Amino acid sequence: MRGLIEEDYTTQEGEFVINIGPQHPSTHGVLHLKVWLNGETIIKVQPHLGYIHRSIEKMSESLSYRNFIFATSRMDYLAAHINNEACALAVEKGLQIEAPPRARVVRTILAELTRLSSHQLWWASTGLDLGAVTPFFYAFREREAILDIMDETCGARLTQNFLVPGGLMADIHPNFQKRTKEVLKQIKENFKEYDELLTENVIFQNRTKNVGILNKQDALSFGVTGPTARASGLSCDIRKWAPYSAYSMVEFDEILDEGCDSYSRYMVRMKEMRQSVNIIEQLIDNIPEGDFQEKTKNVIKLPKGDFYQRVETPRGELGVYIVSDGASSPYRIKYRSPNFSNLSVLPELAKGCKIGDLVAIMSTIDLVIPDIDR
Amino acid sequence: MFLKNYILTVYRSVKSLLTGMKITGYYFFHPKKIVTQEYPDNRATLQMFDRFKGEVTMPHNQNNEHRCTGCQACEIACPNGTIKIITKQEILPDGKKKKRLDTFVYHHDMCTLCNMCIIACPSDAIVMAQTFEHSVYDKKLLKKVLNAEGSKLMEGVE
Ligand code: SF4
Ligand code: SF4
Repeated sequence: MRGLIEEDYTTQEGEFVINIGPQHPSTHGVLHLKVWLNGETIIKVQPHLGYIHRSIEKMSESLSYRNFIFATSRMDYLAAHINNEACALAVEKGLQIEAPPRARVVRTILAELTRLSSHQLWWASTGLDLGAVTPFFYAFREREAILDIMDETCGARLTQNFLVPGGLMADIHPNFQKRTKEVLKQIKENFKEYDELLTENVIFQNRTKNVGILNKQDALSFGVTGPTARASGLSCDIRKWAPYSAYSMVEFDEILDEGCDSYSRYMVRMKEMRQSVNIIEQLIDNIPEGDFQEKTKNVIKLPKGDFYQRVETPRGELGVYIVSDGASSPYRIKYRSPNFSNLSVLPELAKGCKIGDLVAIMSTIDLVIPDIDR
Repeated sequence: MFLKNYILTVYRSVKSLLTGMKITGYYFFHPKKIVTQEYPDNRATLQMFDRFKGEVTMPHNQNNEHRCTGCQACEIACPNGTIKIITKQEILPDGKKKKRLDTFVYHHDMCTLCNMCIIACPSDAIVMAQTFEHSVYDKKLLKKVLNAEGSKLMEGVE
């Protein structure tokens, strides 16, 4: 592979190659970008992957249908709950059962809290990447409050593993509703601070506007999903197109933007945070009473066949594909991770940009590298 | 025209920077609103949530009795072989032979704190403890035996 890449492009007079990474570039994970430069202008970018490959797909083949879920928390660790949800839903599809209404609503609330906390970390690290250190701490203030909710109900801050096929592992904590409402109130008040600190900042605007133009056609052909694609006017929100859990019960807007540049990708996420707050507010007072778990057999066996479930993570569409041969562990599992497809468009976006813009593009695509390597 | 635009841009830029600075200034003069916790200085008051998953433990009562029957359900439920149950045969007073727990080995260094063992246990013998300061200098210290020395099965647990 490496030989192939080198032959692919020979450097001309006055051009040179630099490596960005593979050290841990702030919060994104271990990514190695090989960049061909002419002065400050980027000619070509080549991502090198595999530094944190843990073989989660292969590992899952030897685990039972209950147990393989925990490993997916380590894929996109900023959206662990949503990864777990995708797996639980896929197994439920195979078993032809549905989680009880209470579990579905709680799953949705937790998923939206996850989305909020993930977008907050993205907001923090975008500021950091572009040289604004202060926003980081403001975002972490709210993120910390959300992680406290997770900690109290699920027992862990990041790798929750709160879901089992058929529902939740335990009922919600008695404090859950109260604490969530408090946090929502705090977050809504502080959105104004976010805008004043970063959105309206002139340096930030100059560094992101008209940088990294991704047109709709490219977004479509590279399989880009999530806020990155929606900022190019491509409607692809799975929560709208194929509602799962409790998304059919709530009203919310799919945020679309026609700007196509880094700044519109930024704005889409900022507006999505407000939508997440909106969704949680609709659900938090209406958690139905009843069971939190559908009874399943001790040893779960899926019928022969294949099952596919997709969900919307903060970064795009995550697909879980299970092939079953009727045994108690999957024959094959394949994850369609949003970050892999989103990364594939990075070389296209960076071509012709300046080296400083590469950072802006990378951070507004919002990559989480462990999800790419798996 | 050019000059007017130029001055306007400078004015807008300075204004946006000052808006940002205003927030920093606000928190500088309102130290009560700052939420930073200074670990480990706050150790005395730091309280973890009651569901926090820190490590697997086996509670014993005052007579040094636990609830583990040695059924190995947790060992099977664990996704990565963290738990090893060693059982022994015990002869009950009425002469019957019965499988009993001998040693409950828990490799804390391998545990992913996924909670699968806790929900798999039919007799609620193990729980998650809320401890979180686990670092040690020797990895061997993380291999733990959860049932206490000389402990036995609680009366009435089957
Ligand atoms: S918490 Fe998970 S990894 Fe740890 S011992 Fe229990 S089942 Fe195994
Ligand atoms: S801890 Fe529970 S599941 Fe594990 S061997 Fe003991 S009784 Fe069985």
